[in-house]
Amino acid sequence: MFDTICAISTSRGVGAISIIRVSGNEAISKVAPLFDGKNLLEVPSNTINYGHIVKDNEIIDEVLVSVMRAPKTYTKEDIIEINTHGGIAPTKKVLETLLETGIRLAEPGEFTKRAFLNGRLDLAEAEAVENLISSGTDLERKLALNQMSGKVSRKIKKVRDIIVELMANIEVNIDFPEYEDALIITLDNLPPKLNEIKKELETLLEEAKIGKLIEQGIKVAIVGRPNVGKSSLLNALLDENKAIVTDIAGTTRDIVEGEIELKGIRLKFIDTAGIRKTNDIVEKIGVDKSLEIIKEADLVIHVLDNNEELTEEDQEIMTKIKNKTHITFINKNDLPTKIKLNSKDYIIGNTKKDNGLETLKNKIIELFELEDIKTNNLEVISSTRIINLIKEALSSINNALSNVDAKIPVDMIAIDIKKAWDLLGEITGETYQDELLDTLFSKFCLGK
Amino acid sequence: MYDLIVVGGGHAGCEAAHIGAVLGLKTALVTANIKNIADMPCNPAIGGTAKGIIVREIDALGGLMGIIADKSHFQIKMLNNGKGPAVRSLRAQADKITYPKNMLKALDETENLTIIEGMVEDLIIENNMVKGIVLANKQEISAKSVILTTGTYLKGNILIGKENNPGGPHGEARSNHLSDNLRKYGLTIQRLKTGTPPRIKKDSIDFTKMHPENGDDKYYTFSFDTEPLYKINDQQKCYLIYTNENTHNIIKANLDKSAMYGGYVTGIGPRYCPSIEDKIVRFADKPRHQLFLEPESLYYDEWYLQGFSTSMPRDIQEKMVHSLPGLENAQITKYAYAIEYDAIDPLQMKPSLENKIIENLFTAGQINGTSGYEEAAAQGLIAGINAHHKLKGIEPLILKRNEAYIGVLIDDLVTKGTKEPYRMLTSRAEFRLLLRHDNADLRLREIGYKNGTIDKERYEKLTEKIATINNIKNILRNTNLSLNEETKEKFTQANLEIPTSSVSLYLLLKRPEITIDFIKKLLPLDYPNDILEEVEIEIKYEGYIAKAYKEVEKMLKLEEKIIPEDIDYHDILNLASEARQKLEKIRPKSIGQAARISGVNPSDLSILSVYLKKKYNK
Repeated sequence: MFDTICAISTSRGVGAISIIRVSGNEAISKVAPLFDGKNLLEVPSNTINYGHIVKDNEIIDEVLVSVMRAPKTYTKEDIIEINTHGGIAPTKKVLETLLETGIRLAEPGEFTKRAFLNGRLDLAEAEAVENLISSGTDLERKLALNQMSGKVSRKIKKVRDIIVELMANIEVNIDFPEYEDALIITLDNLPPKLNEIKKELETLLEEAKIGKLIEQGIKVAIVGRPNVGKSSLLNALLDENKAIVTDIAGTTRDIVEGEIELKGIRLKFIDTAGIRKTNDIVEKIGVDKSLEIIKEADLVIHVLDNNEELTEEDQEIMTKIKNKTHITFINKNDLPTKIKLNSKDYIIGNTKKDNGLETLKNKIIELFELEDIKTNNLEVISSTRIINLIKEALSSINNALSNVDAKIPVDMIAIDIKKAWDLLGEITGETYQDELLDTLFSKFCLGK
Repeated sequence: MYDLIVVGGGHAGCEAAHIGAVLGLKTALVTANIKNIADMPCNPAIGGTAKGIIVREIDALGGLMGIIADKSHFQIKMLNNGKGPAVRSLRAQADKITYPKNMLKALDETENLTIIEGMVEDLIIENNMVKGIVLANKQEISAKSVILTTGTYLKGNILIGKENNPGGPHGEARSNHLSDNLRKYGLTIQRLKTGTPPRIKKDSIDFTKMHPENGDDKYYTFSFDTEPLYKINDQQKCYLIYTNENTHNIIKANLDKSAMYGGYVTGIGPRYCPSIEDKIVRFADKPRHQLFLEPESLYYDEWYLQGFSTSMPRDIQEKMVHSLPGLENAQITKYAYAIEYDAIDPLQMKPSLENKIIENLFTAGQINGTSGYEEAAAQGLIAGINAHHKLKGIEPLILKRNEAYIGVLIDDLVTKGTKEPYRMLTSRAEFRLLLRHDNADLRLREIGYKNGTIDKERYEKLTEKIATINNIKNILRNTNLSLNEETKEKFTQANLEIPTSSVSLYLLLKRPEITIDFIKKLLPLDYPNDILEEVEIEIKYEGYIAKAYKEVEKMLKLEEKIIPEDIDYHDILNLASEARQKLEKIRPKSIGQAARISGVNPSDLSILSVYLKKKYNK
């Protein structure tokens, strides 16, 4: 049995209400004495109760308290949710009061961890909840909800079923070699079956690309030599869209400078040193730094100065981004044109007058086919762990196919096929593997 | 006072008594009828897929089955010969007269071993420790340890249609009270069912309407220590026939008369070995089913109709058999029957096969819920070794899943239990590529030697074999193919593509189309065939084998996470109740074993791991 934990479970910011969640076998008994209203120990499960949180005869906040008794709760433990009146100060005060009673502050993701450990969620679902918690856009939330409701697990299961059927057939051939009841799987009739599995896996991966786009957004790097207007372009894009300003470190070593939402997809502007800090620093970044940024980005916006001729530095950047998804943006069209470009594939505009920004955004929508995403069904896979496992399963099936060519006996190829089956089983937690749990637990900060 | 009493003289009992005596225990084998020692009441064969490998493993560990089978068969085949090396397995048509005779002789010649006739009806138990046995005539024989290998004799019931007769396979007396007494001591007893097909008089069979099935034209032995004792051309034939629409109609029209379908059987039968009525009902769309006619012995003229096991009444069996091609005028010498018997719940055993409730009591064979001579013999061998080790205070021999089919068999039994007679299948072994026919000695002889069941001479033979294998591998590594006209010609003659560059013979052998036999044409290798075969397999499938070892490592890591024996599962409050019950009952030795228990989910394992970490810092 775990101890009782609590945390503010709504996002920190100024909202109408905040919710503090308490979970554990002492959740109700510890909150009840603080609550001036009905006796929480006696109220039925799944009720909302009006009252006040009181400490030392002082009313801390007017609250609604939900009581949910185990086991039919999110964590399968007793849960209390306190809806405070909002504002950071009263919420924090209530939380402090709870902590004083000996309830421990939950670690990030700990409620979900308990839901998993208490057997309420499978691995894919638990991961989905993680995504849901940290999801920013509407699309992301939908995606996470779909993954959580087991739709992804069902898709994986479907492929596993196809594989297991093939495996069973091969096994029958081996264990009952004289019986004619089953089709004999040979090197000739095996490839079509393997190709069917391969196609299913490839479809999943194809869909996963969209999932990844929704979940992880598009990393955009604005590059160019000093003084062409990179930071003003960034500021223009961010200001206009009421940017979701974050200070969250990304998954890689780079820092997300700011985000905007485009057709439900997050555009994350990345920079390692912070383009917007001071102009002095920007001057120093130079080409070298830009090159590093380019590697990390899904999209590169190369900014050029309309009022200057192309320099060597400009051309160097152009060579470097040739093979990346990129857009050339020529800034300062309010000044006389001195630049000469061979290609017509550019957008010309002016960040000061919001001129060309719409064209720029439309170009991004076009490049990433963002228009189509909303109409696509969202039962896609977004977790990197899941995608990697599918990739490994696919490579196992590809191994099987090349071993067919190498005329390896079918019962040996069965090893590759089973491997794919096991890997897919790991996604939903159907095969117990320590590494998987180790990874998972490190994510949930378990231990000791 | 005996050190060890083995109850039952079937395949489990013979191995248990033999190995106990070999290890120096003063041993008694108690059987109801000495004539039934090593009896083969069902199919006249030893081996088969996976089972043949088990026989090799028994031999590698010092058991008898392989040696006796080599002396007692009249046909032998390597099954799955066209497939990969991992799934090859020997099957011999064993003579039902010769096999038991040779086994009895071997037991007679075993020092420290006495055979006693008597029906065991009770055990002497003091403080949950076995002290001896009680016979039907109330005679008591005391012993320090007891191995029960009672086969189908615990309250055995023979069923033919509505007829229900208490008794063993040949209608002999059964043990009426032993299973009730075991229940009294706290063991859970389950009722299992199996069956056997009719036997046909040879003279009444028209073989001209049947397809002959011959033995292989190569020499094989189960044992690593015997030379082939048969002549390829003297092997007997078996025959293949098919059921037809008429047969199916007869069965469908009379289903209610079958003991199975008439609802007269309470035991659970095996899925992989269904009765013919089962096959007709479950695979209704199949127009025909295969049947094999196999001679039972050279010394009497009964033939075994494999695939036609049934519990129909006699008159219907007559009609069914007469509907088959070549059997129109067949004379049934023994009717097919189903047999029900009591078995214990194998979850009540430790991996050593010792009972969890009664100390020094071991069980092996059908009483543990398995089916098959080979599965029984394997357990008998391990029970015998571990009964000895227990008395001498030595760690029990527990084979791992990556070491032997025997390890898979026992781990499955004590971890997953069984509700139907358990038969070994290659698909049950996740590391079957490592558990091959050819390398059983390489896997197990040293273990046998360390456990005292393999003598020094045989062990030295093994070390010599290993050295030779390594030596040949080195030669192949260090010999480069010289692409002169002469060798090119050899490639052309063998219809093989001529390599474009000179590679080592080792790498050349890795190519799928190159065999060791072809390598021998390029470089004289004067070594026994089994050694060359071993070299070929190890080189050709090196990549796959390496992958399998990686998987083994993963498994072993989990096996090393030991769960303390005194763990209190009630102390771990977040476990799902099903998982808690199973863990409580099975008491797995490691997280790895716990992971194989059905109903114990990943989340339960996580909770268990966390608990172990917190409480025991493991």
